[in-house]
Amino acid sequence: MSLLSGPELARYDRHIILPEVGLAGQERLKQSRVLIVGCGGLGSPVALYLAAAGVGHLGLVDFDQVDASNLQRQILHGTSTIGRSKLESAEARLLNLNPYVRFERYETRLSAQNALEIIRGYDVVVDGTDNFATRYLVNDACVLLGVPNAYGSIYRFEGQASVFAADGGPCYRCLFRQPPPAGAVPNCAEGGVLGVLPGLVGTIQATEAIKLLLGIGRPLVGELLLVDALEMRFRRVKVRKDPGCPACGTRTIQSLEEIDAVCELPPPEGAPGRDLSVAALAERRRSGWNPYLLDVREPHEWTIGRIDGAVLIPLGALPRRLAEIPADRDVVVYCKGGVRSRQAVEALLEAGFGRVENLEGGILAWSAEIDPSIPRY
Amino acid sequence: MAVTVVLPSVLARFAGGQRTHASPAGTIEEVLARVAQPYPELGKRLADATRDGNEFVTVYLNDEDTRFSGGFETYAADGDEVTIVSAIAGG
Repeated sequence: MSLLSGPELARYDRHIILPEVGLAGQERLKQSRVLIVGCGGLGSPVALYLAAAGVGHLGLVDFDQVDASNLQRQILHGTSTIGRSKLESAEARLLNLNPYVRFERYETRLSAQNALEIIRGYDVVVDGTDNFATRYLVNDACVLLGVPNAYGSIYRFEGQASVFAADGGPCYRCLFRQPPPAGAVPNCAEGGVLGVLPGLVGTIQATEAIKLLLGIGRPLVGELLLVDALEMRFRRVKVRKDPGCPACGTRTIQSLEEIDAVCELPPPEGAPGRDLSVAALAERRRSGWNPYLLDVREPHEWTIGRIDGAVLIPLGALPRRLAEIPADRDVVVYCKGGVRSRQAVEALLEAGFGRVENLEGGILAWSAEIDPSIPRY
Repeated sequence: MAVTVVLPSVLARFAGGQRTHASPAGTIEEVLARVAQPYPELGKRLADATRDGNEFVTVYLNDEDTRFSGGFETYAADGDEVTIVSAIAGG
């Protein structure tokens, strides 16, 4: 007697006739448990394909709501679910695709406190998160629990995929031991991403997850696939297991630590280059303060909207255009959301500018609180 | 023939947006120094990103991680490809 019902046998026919899958493989998929961390760009194709493939139990982790700006790439969600929780939106879509899948929703931010508890019991984790803190947390938890991690990440037109923490294989820290310092690597919200790219990379992650579950083929263990969508070039480089890796080598990491917000740490109290709120900027300008307002976004973003009186010097051009910035005036720097501007503030302080402030929340906050005529993007 | 150096987008923005560069053959250190020569900010970023304890960039010679195959003293010959891989976190 098969574990699969008649309708399921019909549904998975094209799998079952593959000798590499067969009835036994399809039954194994039904008995499998995969945790998808992040139901955004990468998580969308992963969840859709794993549900369609008949993976019996899918855990979904996300705490966000669907926003219109997600829909350019997050194909799990739709116009009708804007404003709803991503997990509600995802489950409705996935149940429509395959009612034979069971879902577990974790409507929470993965943290050092809950990661082991959530991940324990899953056969494979798929990392589709959008920040370094969670990626390191997922990696360390997977290493501690011995659960393989089908990893993918994206930026602009580039993607990466690999399988970490598989038995005997390297982990993410073997490749990149520590997260980058604040502002060194922009996120997708700052740098943009081609909408199709998470489709390319996410389907690779889903493929690796299915291969791991079925024990077929050669998973991307010990290799990093580099995807360049502009050149449509796929390169593979080796990832060595690092004997000095604190997670899987020396095993120095024995418990999870919060790496929270390492990429967005505010400067310490009293440090130069402190944050300035949009309300404070508006108020102080009304009372006559006239700082040099520096916009460090890209020209196409400047075209969308800008704060009155600002001067555009994109972050990449800042080092060679420092001479344009008056040394005798207060400087307020802004970007879209406040990350690039922090980097610019640091560069200006390092270059000797003394009175530099970072506009907290960037032009998005200015649009939300001060001038709604500026389009949000 | 020369050594081809491929930069990730996160670093190419400090090299006039150009991702692929050519350099005469030499050690990885020499090749990277030549590529970064016209772009001081790129040189600084590369140095920051590859120093001990701050490794969020990995340098490959063809498909080998140079950290495990001779480090920055490894010789890159004509026709070799040096690929710089940066951690990215988008999802």
